[in-house]
Amino acid sequence: MSEVAAGPAPAGGQSKLTKINEAVIRIAGNSQDGIQAIGGFLARLAGRSEQEVMTFMTIPSTISGGPSIFQVRIGSGEVLSPGDEADMLLAFYQHSYEDHINSLKLGGIVLYDSDHITPKPEWLENYRHVGVAISSKTVEAIGGTGRDKGKNIFALGLLARIFDLNVPKLNKLIEERFGGKDPTVVQNAVTCFEAGYNHQLQDLLKTYQLQHAELKGHTQVVMNGNEALAYGLLAAGVRFGAGYPITPWSDIMELLRRELPKYGGSFIQCEDEIASISMAIGASYGGRVAVTGSSGPGISLKTEALGWASMAEMPLVIVDVQRGGPSTGMPTNIEQSDLNIACFGGHGDSPRVVIAPSSVEDCFYTAIEAVNIARKYSTPVLILTDQGIATRIEAFIEPDLKKICQDLTPDLTPIADHKPYDLKAPDGITRHVAPGTRIASGKYPVVTGLEHDELGHPTGSPKLHTAMTAKRRNKLRRLGADLPVPTTYGPNEGQVLLVGWGSTQGPLREAVDRFRSVGDAVSSLHIKYINPLPNGLDEIFKGFRHVFVVELNDEGLYGYGQLTSLLRARYAEPKIRGIHKCDGQVWKVKEILERVRAAMTPSRPS
Amino acid sequence: MSELSIPFATLPRTTVPAAGLEVTPLADADRKPLSKKEVSADHPTWCPGCGDFSVLALYFKLIEKRKMWHEKITTVAGIGCSSRFPYFVQAHGAHFIHGRALPFASGISLSRPDLHVFVFGGDGDAFSIGGNHFTHTARKNVKMTYVVMDNFVYGLTKKQTSPTSPIGFKSKTDIWGSTDRPINPLKQAISAGATFVARTTHTNPNHVLKMMEAAMDHDGFSFIECLSECVEFFPGAFDSSNPRKGGQFLEVPAEHDVADEYAAYRLADEPFPGRFGIFFQTQRPTKNANEAKLIADHRAKVGGLADWQILQKSFDRTK
Ligand SMILES: Cc1ncc(C[n+]2csc(CCOP(=O)(O)OP(=O)(O)O)c2C)c(N)n1
Ligand code: SF4
Ligand SMILES: [Mg+2]
Repeated sequence: MSEVAAGPAPAGGQSKLTKINEAVIRIAGNSQDGIQAIGGFLARLAGRSEQEVMTFMTIPSTISGGPSIFQVRIGSGEVLSPGDEADMLLAFYQHSYEDHINSLKLGGIVLYDSDHITPKPEWLENYRHVGVAISSKTVEAIGGTGRDKGKNIFALGLLARIFDLNVPKLNKLIEERFGGKDPTVVQNAVTCFEAGYNHQLQDLLKTYQLQHAELKGHTQVVMNGNEALAYGLLAAGVRFGAGYPITPWSDIMELLRRELPKYGGSFIQCEDEIASISMAIGASYGGRVAVTGSSGPGISLKTEALGWASMAEMPLVIVDVQRGGPSTGMPTNIEQSDLNIACFGGHGDSPRVVIAPSSVEDCFYTAIEAVNIARKYSTPVLILTDQGIATRIEAFIEPDLKKICQDLTPDLTPIADHKPYDLKAPDGITRHVAPGTRIASGKYPVVTGLEHDELGHPTGSPKLHTAMTAKRRNKLRRLGADLPVPTTYGPNEGQVLLVGWGSTQGPLREAVDRFRSVGDAVSSLHIKYINPLPNGLDEIFKGFRHVFVVELNDEGLYGYGQLTSLLRARYAEPKIRGIHKCDGQVWKVKEILERVRAAMTPSRPS
Repeated sequence: MSELSIPFATLPRTTVPAAGLEVTPLADADRKPLSKKEVSADHPTWCPGCGDFSVLALYFKLIEKRKMWHEKITTVAGIGCSSRFPYFVQAHGAHFIHGRALPFASGISLSRPDLHVFVFGGDGDAFSIGGNHFTHTARKNVKMTYVVMDNFVYGLTKKQTSPTSPIGFKSKTDIWGSTDRPINPLKQAISAGATFVARTTHTNPNHVLKMMEAAMDHDGFSFIECLSECVEFFPGAFDSSNPRKGGQFLEVPAEHDVADEYAAYRLADEPFPGRFGIFFQTQRPTKNANEAKLIADHRAKVGGLADWQILQKSFDRTK
């Protein structure tokens, strides 16, 4: 909570107003208490106020509920990560309080439900404790039914008072969320909110007010990465998908199942992941790029069919929302350990494209780009996101949908002749014609996973296998040459370059800012196109003495994580080293700073 | 970040509006039925005498007789001797992976209602590695015709036990004779919810054609078990069903009610060589129809909005 200036006179006689330009609030309770809902309200409110916002949550993987948190960071300036340390901890239970006190900065505020929590004397000194009988006050507010359902909204009211949030906007959000068939539901919610808002916080002296964000004149949309990705696929013109449920991928398939019929499309729930990818490939063959996706073990199941798409050169989009692995692993935790399977999974030489979006907004645009690359290069494209980006909420500038939305209805215009695997095609790229297309020559193509000649008929010819393998590889080299060369965050020369991929872009940039603020020559580079890599990375590496690839996976047998290994193999550059962890948690900026500093300190011989 | 680094590639597009997955059919007026020559492609790689030849020949007949056009036929297969089928047909075709032809074909069928989707394959492809897909494609009632060329053995991989191999069959993986209870494809199909279940044999061409025609006319998932002898690894397997080899070709009794699921099941339970004909047929909404209805209802609700406007509405709710 960075304070800006002392505020005006205390509001309502109970507190004085302090202006801040950002706040990190961690809400800890059990998943059934509607923790995510409070966080969601705060995020949406920030979005509507043109503030930057980033959230982070954990949910138990069991349906019966369990401890759950939601952290939201709201700022008037750029928000790059959900924040290392919270300014305020809102705790509902003793376990929430005890488990999360460490996430609070020294001097931070614990707002706790005194019905369930007894403060620990040893913590009273380091943290401001504010107890409110949240549960019983909620029951009291809604008429003593004995149930504390609604205490999350009561707590939202408390937060609204403490952070001087925009009450009319919040009320509107509450109405939108609870406004349904039963009017008493909204009424109860409003009552809870008001009770919380009007609660006298005697021992809390200060009220904070978030600085207004500099108005950008743009409307913001607020959503999580899974939503952004699914909407991106719709914008791209995808009208068919198939999948099998698995966390955290399921949200994407559920959204597409719900939305696609409006666009004249279908999403089919299949019997397993193999059927899903097979069905999606079948639809792609039918003429329009289709999508499938999964997480964890489901991705493993898809690899045989993925190899077919590579061999048959069929466009396809595969979403991999990574989670902790291997096997069932840690279904609701973040990890970046599918890079290898995405780039290399499957038998044989099977080139494919792998792209990793770096933010929620980027999920939207990456989905469109993946579809277009799949079509242009007639290739499977994997989008690698992860549990973190899938569930975190961000606000971003509303895209110009009218301009962006694409129509990909298949072209069935009759053609004179067709060779699907033409080795002399000027750009070397296969163009399939969809079934339904009349071919005047009377020669029709077969798409196949067997090595084939130019018409798709099987061959065992050594020359053809060599030529076709090269064809499949070279088109992706061509793509690599077309890709934009990424630029560094910070100067393109210095002591240390931090290289990241996927959802860790924000924390890495924040780490760079902090290094630079104390005079360290550190920059970062984010690699979005992982396979093929864009050209020109070697030039960037030249500008730095050390290159650390920071990733959320294990250092492996030889000491290098997945992207680290790929970059070392690609550039044979010994100064590329890795900083890894696989604890299922997002990077804290502090952690990155410590790990980089440790790696820079030569270990003293003992 | 909000810019696309690779803008929308200008690739071939259609003249058809994007209303749905519907595509405009081409005018078929005064086209002549396709001759065998026009629909055959590569010379089949099957062993001389393999039963699969007759199935292919009758598929050509079907195409000719029913005036189907090259571009409207899509022939799909998995992996196996029988699954080589698409290479031998001069039409759009796909040779997919072992056991997964049905979901692949479902992807075509569900996104392209204008096409006839035919799937050919073997017993291993259908009931072993693809067993789960068989069940689910049948219960979803995805519109397509599936012909399993059942030879009671793995042909392509050279004589291993198949899920339909009879008990006692000596294969390379059961040198003492197989012991696992074979799958009965008809019972499997009926209980999975297939809406058309028939049985035929390659030695009776007229019957094969009749079954293919009926299957093709059926609106739903139509399944044919076609006995197709592997002369290489299970010669004589079907002699008892072939009058020319001293066997009996017994049709489904005339009084059998094809709508009676239990009667069909009982009939399917008769010991080999069993019966030939349509065992079961019923009408149930296809997956294709269910999806089409869902689409129609939703399209009606969104009115005449363009795709981007529908998406805009979703975005407006996130503000
Ligand atoms: C995933 C996978 N496993 C195994 C194989 C090897 N394989 C190819 S065909 C086949 C069995 C073929 O038997 P069937 O489906 O009955 O066809 P048939 O050759 O008898 O016509 C097997 C095991 C394969 N191609 N792919
Ligand atoms: S091995 Fe058997 S099934 Fe395969 S082609 Fe030869 S005869 Fe036919
Ligand atoms: Mg077989």
